[in-house]
Amino acid sequence: MRIGVVTFPGSLDDRDAQRAVRLAGAEPVALWHGSHDLDGVEAIVLPGGFSYGDYLRCGAIAAQSPIMTEVVAAANKGLPVLGICNGFQILVESHLLPGGLIRNDHGDFVCRDQRLRVENADTAWTNAFSAGDEITIPLKNGEGGFIADAETLNRLEGEGQVAFRYLEKNPNGSLNHIAGLTNARGNVVGLMPHPEHAVEAGFGPDTDAAMRSGIDGLKFFTSILESTLARA
Amino acid sequence: MPTIVVEVMPKAELLDPAGKAVATTLGKQGRSHFSGVRIGKRFELTVDEVTDAVLAEARELADELLSNGVIEDVVSVRVAE
Repeated sequence: MRIGVVTFPGSLDDRDAQRAVRLAGAEPVALWHGSHDLDGVEAIVLPGGFSYGDYLRCGAIAAQSPIMTEVVAAANKGLPVLGICNGFQILVESHLLPGGLIRNDHGDFVCRDQRLRVENADTAWTNAFSAGDEITIPLKNGEGGFIADAETLNRLEGEGQVAFRYLEKNPNGSLNHIAGLTNARGNVVGLMPHPEHAVEAGFGPDTDAAMRSGIDGLKFFTSILESTLARA
Repeated sequence: MPTIVVEVMPKAELLDPAGKAVATTLGKQGRSHFSGVRIGKRFELTVDEVTDAVLAEARELADELLSNGVIEDVVSVRVAE
């Protein structure tokens, strides 16, 4: 299976996302922001970073790039798309996911291993989990506060579109402790924490078993393999 | 060259952490009579000439690109003096 990872000017975690795709057993395909070519990939990851230096609003300028025209069209036809951190911000600015992301309520950049609860395990990127699973993956952002108006929030909660919720401490003031969302169809998922940094023992978050042994992020990428096989 | 000024502010009901940080600094300077600070954005769009069509286009841009209606309000679109 070929999974595209888009590089924008200012992307930082594109190589990490490619590595996660490889470790999950798929073939990573580098995609370029300035191109209209999705290269026939079967799923797409929008990686973390600071595209365009967060100018205008985080993700706002990347959302206007040539490749995003194609990503939005493909996503609306059902192509799986995962947005991580800045990728989540790009999905929101592209209107593939609702709401907005603003500066952390305490004003500081956060970098920590973050516990999350998987709320929806019925998406293209979460089906290797069970609903209610508790996982730990890194979180690192300055503008991760999720907001939406009350009506949107009610709809997201009512229709199971909250994919991940922060556990223990709310790290950025996100409403309803929302860490990640899915669209109604379940093919588009976005979250602020970074699953691609928790995919290989020795390089992940600490666990009770051993330092840096956490690989809870790997299931995001094995999920997509499963969901594609199921469709085939 | 004529300039169209677009001003965008974070929504009033939302916390503005950057503005709050400035307000805190003012307080530390003993200027607590400035009890609040909110930080917004000012865009200056240079155009060849201002027409009703260009102004309308600027208003559309202000709503669709220069601001995000979920988190911000466009407070004014006007021709600079």
